[in-house]
Amino acid sequence: MDKGIKFLVVDDFPTMRRIVRTLLKELGYANVDEAEDGADALAKLRGDAYEFVVSDWNMPNLDGLEMLKQIRADDALKHLPVLMVTAEAKKENIIAAAQAGANGYVVKPFTAATLEEKLAKIFEKLAK
Amino acid sequence: MDISEFYSSFFEEADELLTEMERSLLDLDPANPDSEQVNAIFRAAHSIKGGAGTFGFNLLQQTTHLLENLLDSARRHELVLTHEIIDTFLKTKDVLTEQVDAYRRSETPEHDDFEAICRLLKGVGSEDAPAVTAATPPPQEPAAAQAVEQLSTSENRLIVELMRVAEGEIDTLVDELRNLGEIIATHTDEQGHLVVDMATSVSPDDIEAVLCFVIDPDQLRIRALSAEPARDIPGLELFDASPSSAEGLPVGEETPSPAAAKKASVTAIKKAKKATETESTSIRVPVDKVDQIINLVGELIITQSMLNETANSLDRGVHGALHHGMNALQRNARDLQEAVMSIRMLPMDYVFSRFPRLVRDLAGKLDKEIELVTVGESTELDKGLTERIIDPLTHLVRNSLDHGIEKPDVRESLGKPRAGTLTLSARHQGGNILIEVSDDGGGLNRQKILAKAKANGLSVSEDISDEEAWQLIFAPGFSTAEAVSDLSGRGVGMDVVKRNIQSMGGHVEILSREGAGTTTRIVLPLTLAILDGMSVKVGGHVYILPVSSVIESLQIRQENLHTVSGGIPLLKVRGEYFPVVSIARVMGLAGGRDDIIGSIAVMVEGEGRRYVLLVDELVGQQQVVVKNLESNYRKIPGVSAATILGDGSVALILDLGEIYRLNLGERKPRLAKVNS
Repeated sequence: MDKGIKFLVVDDFPTMRRIVRTLLKELGYANVDEAEDGADALAKLRGDAYEFVVSDWNMPNLDGLEMLKQIRADDALKHLPVLMVTAEAKKENIIAAAQAGANGYVVKPFTAATLEEKLAKIFEKLAK
Repeated sequence: MDISEFYSSFFEEADELLTEMERSLLDLDPANPDSEQVNAIFRAAHSIKGGAGTFGFNLLQQTTHLLENLLDSARRHELVLTHEIIDTFLKTKDVLTEQVDAYRRSETPEHDDFEAICRLLKGVGSEDAPAVTAATPPPQEPAAAQAVEQLSTSENRLIVELMRVAEGEIDTLVDELRNLGEIIATHTDEQGHLVVDMATSVSPDDIEAVLCFVIDPDQLRIRALSAEPARDIPGLELFDASPSSAEGLPVGEETPSPAAAKKASVTAIKKAKKATETESTSIRVPVDKVDQIINLVGELIITQSMLNETANSLDRGVHGALHHGMNALQRNARDLQEAVMSIRMLPMDYVFSRFPRLVRDLAGKLDKEIELVTVGESTELDKGLTERIIDPLTHLVRNSLDHGIEKPDVRESLGKPRAGTLTLSARHQGGNILIEVSDDGGGLNRQKILAKAKANGLSVSEDISDEEAWQLIFAPGFSTAEAVSDLSGRGVGMDVVKRNIQSMGGHVEILSREGAGTTTRIVLPLTLAILDGMSVKVGGHVYILPVSSVIESLQIRQENLHTVSGGIPLLKVRGEYFPVVSIARVMGLAGGRDDIIGSIAVMVEGEGRRYVLLVDELVGQQQVVVKNLESNYRKIPGVSAATILGDGSVALILDLGEIYRLNLGERKPRLAKVNS
């Protein structure tokens, strides 16, 4: 996998952003940008070329799910892989993520290994 | 990754979120809650819960979880907020703050507090609105609620058939299915397909969508167990979760049309811009880094003044360019110093913002109606001072609420509005900041204070000025409160307040009118790192006096000098007598002038007392960088700090309050010697 791909980590909680960024770095992905909510993320996504989005769910202004829906509704962005981060493995959340077109989800707290597994799965499916 | 690296930033953010949560809770009107505010409180709880979970802070996670549940019901209007519920939330916030603090100290938070608050939270809504408790669902991420509504509530038996699944993915898939419903049986059929029999309320489409995180749609077949015709999924009527497919867009009521989505996102972005602007323009820097810069700039200033002195000895005509450069350097160095100092400045809002809660709680306990007014929140003060001002200010606010402002009935009978007003204000005046706590309560009672002072064994005369009478309440063990209440009036405090303020280089003044209220004014220097100093020479040594404490300098005439029975010489200035203190004597210097007449008198004020200091020579006035003497050398009586002068020599900065006390202490033995 190309480790140079550009990530956007979306979370309103700076500590979580840094944790995700550090985990990604541990996995060899050093090209990581951050956004503090869905609206900020959409603005960044439309302004620059990203190749992967890891997004929290609950955020002010525009939550992760709404952001995901808008990504899928935007011709320029709809192919972008999105990994949703949720606080709980609740079926409602997972289904909502799936319905909105997420490529995967990961439940907080997660380790680098879990994240790697989720990413690998998504890359594998994208490669098909 | 070492997760503990992130502890400190989590704690800081949690603190900020909790402060924000409290602010929103206080603003919240239970009768008409602002949904954005409830959302903000919910998100704060949610974020802390997420962080706590990540770091394994279980009690914190469990407490925020309960709070989050309630907030989630509240924002979905399933829980009707009341004053009591908001009080409970505020209490929860306090417990959360304590828990965060405990984790910060690497301790486990109090289990009893945890259990008590959990009981309290679990009780919310259950007493007066049992229906609501039943409806209180586990927390859901926002839009998930919508999804739930779309689901049929009845459970169906489904057979999920998984084909060509890689060995390692079977467990993952079964886990996913377990999340979605109850697995009744699994077996592998003759074709090697994994067949799962499950009971679930989730629709086959949804199950497919979730499983497609792991496998492809054509690896999956779902049919109902009932006699209905099998439903073959790979046809895929509704959607395909694979984003690479053009039909990968979710179709449903809740999906906005692209145009609508765009519009919505534009407004959202506008909103977000504001938020980002404030965040991206600030960075978090440890205070010691800032202090290091301040120190280095201080050194730079000292080097600059040393160079300046050297340059001044050179001929201006020959070295014009050098002088020109030196001037520019001086200006730039000062600007730099000012800019660096401003980094440490925090708005007073940082301090004032904790009082709405305190006032609300106290007013409730005291059955008083209080309106809190804050003025000058944007006034800036050194960070070191803002932190140390909180305790004294809290004490003053408690005093005002407890003893100052009367009960509503009393106020009404006095023709005052039922609600008392407490005003916190801050403003700059010269190099000082004035912070005032004012109430429109009963004011101080002069007679009571004098009587109490006498009862405490203080020698006071009846004809002292009001200002002096008010200063008596700063004496240790002084309280005129008729009843010692739970909150204040134990007689400890005002002296501590005064000591704290003095240790910050400031002083306290009281203005009071009986029946009309009391204003306590704290005067503090804006920063402790730089001092406007007046340099004086005594016995060949240079000392620095804080300019803010210097009132005037005068020449002493014999006819104005009086010695009273105590042996302390007094100088008469415009009809008032001031004690005369010799620096040389207090500091134990040899070679200083001993004759009072030949000395120059500098009238100073230390700890509210005016007196006259004797010096040999006035040298000049300059800004000095304050260097802590204790950390570099040791404490010297009468000296508050040291500084380095332009020529590189060290000068001591005098502590004028202490000099006066030392002088008094010094008197007696010397007097005895004279007498013998």
